[in-house]
Amino acid sequence: MIPDPEKIWPVIFGLAIGTFLIRYSFLGLLGDRELPAWFLRHLRYVGVAVLPGLIAPLILWPQATGGVPDPARIMAATAATAIGLWRKSVIGAVVFGFGTLYAVQYLSA
Amino acid sequence: MAAANNTLKSTFWRGFRDSLPFILVLVPFGTLFGVAATAAGLNVVQVMSFSVLVIAGAAQFSALTLLIDNAPTAIILLTSLAVNLRMAMYSAALVPHFGKLRTKLKLIIAYLLVDQSFALSIRNYEENSEQPVEHKVAYFFGCILILAPFWYVSTYLGAALGASIPAVYSLDFAVPVCFIALIAPMLRTLPHIIAAFVSVVAALSFAWIPYNLGLIIAAILAMIAGAYTELKVEAAK
Repeated sequence: MIPDPEKIWPVIFGLAIGTFLIRYSFLGLLGDRELPAWFLRHLRYVGVAVLPGLIAPLILWPQATGGVPDPARIMAATAATAIGLWRKSVIGAVVFGFGTLYAVQYLSA
Repeated sequence: MAAANNTLKSTFWRGFRDSLPFILVLVPFGTLFGVAATAAGLNVVQVMSFSVLVIAGAAQFSALTLLIDNAPTAIILLTSLAVNLRMAMYSAALVPHFGKLRTKLKLIIAYLLVDQSFALSIRNYEENSEQPVEHKVAYFFGCILILAPFWYVSTYLGAALGASIPAVYSLDFAVPVCFIALIAPMLRTLPHIIAAFVSVVAALSFAWIPYNLGLIIAAILAMIAGAYTELKVEAAK
């Protein structure tokens, strides 16, 4: 659950405006401008630099268990990663991840 | 004139057809966002505002995760917008094609500039670089016309569905599982794998730093690691 619902609307509007400005940046405001090579080289890794770090604590210390590591979630995340890497399939990763989570929860219940 | 219109129409429909496979990617993400956001306590207006105003799955999931984690608003925005910075590259890449269009049209194109519409369009423009700009515009709108509504509708279905699923089903896990599905295809080169590894290790090591600043430090270190590895790989060739 979100502890402070007061933040929800500012986040939605801030993210909407910021994302639009990023999308419109060169097309509408900056025009045909060369970006320095070192900047582009770092930009290429923004996605893989932010997202794995964002979820690693969620998997290891889930809020649902009060932050206690949960073997079912760790195994499910490992399964989803394996399928995602191997099959490059969104649906495969989601189905396999949740499938593993439910199977382990059921067997250990 | 009739012939020109016909080809313009066929360019539009070609974009439409080329975009159809991406529905299979968008629908699960949109649905899971709706489910996860509802499980986190957002009402349906808030869930839909996210998907309609932002239309960027990874950033929406980032913002949702950090809201649940009670991070400060400024940190939530900084982190989620960093995830969207790649779109500045898309914007720059489209300048040679769309730079001279009317402002109103550029505003609409910018709003609809998502991973899928960009990837399809830029490939089409590189293959047919001589086509007139109206055709490029027609192709772009053909690509996004079906994808954007599917994003909105699948989010709505997820929100409606999420409200009726009991907590036993561990829906909080929808967030990490979606991220995993998003990240896995990104790990296509050694620098990407190293950046992801540094990101995980640093984020876990710096988790004690307040205001989720540890994540920002981890992201900067991971970007440097990726860029540095890329230079080393290039030099070794």
